[in-house]
Amino acid sequence: MREIALHLLDIAENSVAACARDITIAVDEDARKDRLLMIVEDNGKGMDEDMVARVVDPFVTSRTTRKVGLGIPLLKAAAEGCNGYLHINSAVGRGTRLEVEFQRSHIDRMPLGDLIGTWFELLVAWPQIHWIFRYRASGGEFLFDDAPIKKELGDVSLSEPSILTYLRETLQEGVKSVQKSQEDIHASSQIA
Amino acid sequence: MPAVKSLDELRKLKEEALEKRRAKTTAGNIQVTVAMGTCGIAAGARETMRAILDSIEADNLSGVVVKQTGCMGMCEMEPIVQVEVGGAPKVTYGKVNTELARRIMKEHVVGGHVVNELVIPAY
Ligand SMILES: Nc1ncnc2c1ncn2[C@@H]1O[C@H](COP(=O)(O)OP(=O)(O)OP(=O)(O)O)[C@@H](O)[C@H]1O
Ligand code: FES
Ligand SMILES: [Mg+2]
Repeated sequence: MREIALHLLDIAENSVAACARDITIAVDEDARKDRLLMIVEDNGKGMDEDMVARVVDPFVTSRTTRKVGLGIPLLKAAAEGCNGYLHINSAVGRGTRLEVEFQRSHIDRMPLGDLIGTWFELLVAWPQIHWIFRYRASGGEFLFDDAPIKKELGDVSLSEPSILTYLRETLQEGVKSVQKSQEDIHASSQIA
Repeated sequence: MPAVKSLDELRKLKEEALEKRRAKTTAGNIQVTVAMGTCGIAAGARETMRAILDSIEADNLSGVVVKQTGCMGMCEMEPIVQVEVGGAPKVTYGKVNTELARRIMKEHVVGGHVVNELVIPAY
């Protein structure tokens, strides 16, 4: 996959498949430390130690229709190729936390890609899940929690056309406001 | 969440959606499902999903519920999209790129006609 955002979509799908009720997707760009950190955390069924160890190996999957799990090993290889890592912390019955980090400026690092698209699609397509999205860059933070929105909407679907527009714009404006403050910091440090 | 967009604005949109729902006489519940396993995503399911959501927004299609599902076990047919209109049996489409997704939205979801040549027959 050519984009980190697509990997995040895939990783979040694992959380959905594990019957998580709450899923957090966090992206942290640290230009100063030259790191790009992503965390996907869920309270799904979790994995035992043995399973975690095998999941990063391409010949493991709990699925019956196909023998090879691709998502996690592919992302791990990509991160390790960019002075990064992929760690999984998991406990059966409690949930899973996957952490993956890249050297931000590494020449082979794939672009972050359409993060807003990933969030937007997950949010709309899995309405029964409580989603929390966080984007941080150089001191700025955008935190999106869908709970107040769903409470307000009641039984009105997220896929109503006007609601789709509202959600997309909310995510876009939130991320943009952080990227804007990042540019400001950059600009002022250049002056200094 | 920073108050980028307000919940007041959302409340207004909700009232409008409820209004539309009351005005609607043919209450045919429509469900569109996109398979989003690794194979699906690699084959472009994400762009397909995007095209479906875009056409809902662009054509103002109220009352369509969009869902995702994991792997459907038919790698070579990805991206896979299923459409269920009211009580009619679920129709499964294969190799649905963005262009075909728009076509399915137009002909099946809006027009009510199954796009036969895109259907995976034996599913
Ligand atoms: N968050 C999670 N909670 C519980 N189990 C998980 C989680 N993430 C991964 N797993 C387990 O690890 C396996 C491998 O995941 P991976 O994404 O690599 O492949 P997959 O989901 O099986 O297949 P695909 O290639 O379609 O993504 C899963 O099948 C699942 O059993
Ligand atoms: S493994 Fe290929 S479609 Fe599921
Ligand atoms: Mg997976």
